[in-house]
Amino acid sequence: MTRTLVIIPALNEEAALPSVVRDLLTHVPDCDLLVIDDGSTDATAACARAAGARVVSLPFNMGVGTALRTGFRYAERHGYQRVVQTDADGQHDAAQISTLVRELELGADLVIGSRFLTKDGHYAVDRTRGFAMSILRVFIRLLTGRSIADTTSGFRGFSRPLIETFSRTYPREFLSDTVEVLLMAGYGGYRISEVPVTMRHRVAGKASHRSVKLAYHYVRVLVVMMLTASPSGRRASRRTLA
Amino acid sequence: MNTSVQILAFALIVPFLLVIVRLVRRRRLRAKYSFLWLGVGGTILAFALMPGLMETLSARVGIFYPPTLLFIGAIMLLLFLSVHFSWELSRLEDRMRTIAEELALARSRIDEIEDPQLTHVSAPAPVATPSMTASAR
Repeated sequence: MTRTLVIIPALNEEAALPSVVRDLLTHVPDCDLLVIDDGSTDATAACARAAGARVVSLPFNMGVGTALRTGFRYAERHGYQRVVQTDADGQHDAAQISTLVRELELGADLVIGSRFLTKDGHYAVDRTRGFAMSILRVFIRLLTGRSIADTTSGFRGFSRPLIETFSRTYPREFLSDTVEVLLMAGYGGYRISEVPVTMRHRVAGKASHRSVKLAYHYVRVLVVMMLTASPSGRRASRRTLA
Repeated sequence: MNTSVQILAFALIVPFLLVIVRLVRRRRLRAKYSFLWLGVGGTILAFALMPGLMETLSARVGIFYPPTLLFIGAIMLLLFLSVHFSWELSRLEDRMRTIAEELALARSRIDEIEDPQLTHVSAPAPVATPSMTASAR
């Protein structure tokens, strides 16, 4: 059995979600879709259901990390061999899911759909964000010894062994749910691979975090990653992640 | 230490102990916390009853100004308690997160069973594995 589950964490995305779901149904008809409604206050869950996705609703807003772990638990219990994570706002191209799946079939455990590996249609970010992202990149390279161009991509694929691990250990906090998991996967001995994808800029709405909070989480994730990378942190990782 | 200070200490600590006992009897406070606070109350009571105790104790550990002992003791106790509560809070948040996830999954499963229309997107039945119980650490 080699079924793939597409997990779509969604918070108040009633406007964009129906077309995202329809897109996925057209481009990857062989995958099952699971929308994790992260405590939305609008009609996100009903919209997703009407568009043809299965929906799991968290009782209150818990963040992307919790939404994803809920999805991993679902995938783990229902025997899915692969999980693809994609955004509810339509910035990822449904047609490129097959690229991620192909990479998983080639033996990768974690596939990252990367904005920064494409020559054409380069994804532009402003200077501050670009600088912040380059620091994360350097950190990941120093701590894991691998180069990952797009550390904060939310377009990823996961193998069965990683689904089982992450259904227990996927972190809850913002930025940990994108960056720290790279470290976790690395130290757990999983194979990480990166494939170029093109992403659209968000059409409506804006990034869901305020700058003070963003700065706090940024510093927090760097400290947490350094602790994880320490010898005792690595020992603990091997215990919990392998 | 003179008598009026002793009376003040009594006036503060006796109601405190009574409130603790009351909370425990009404099952509003877990026993482990009640022991802690009864211990704290008892210690203060002992100092109030025996004014010489603090002087003797501080002389033993080499503190010249006896109230310092009180401050050190109080600060250490509060510090320890704060750390303990942070730890307990983290554990509770982790458990709450797990419960929220499990609730969401269970609720969606119930919805599907009650309204099979929802499963028109070929929903597979859950595979019963030992991890279903084990994964909720």
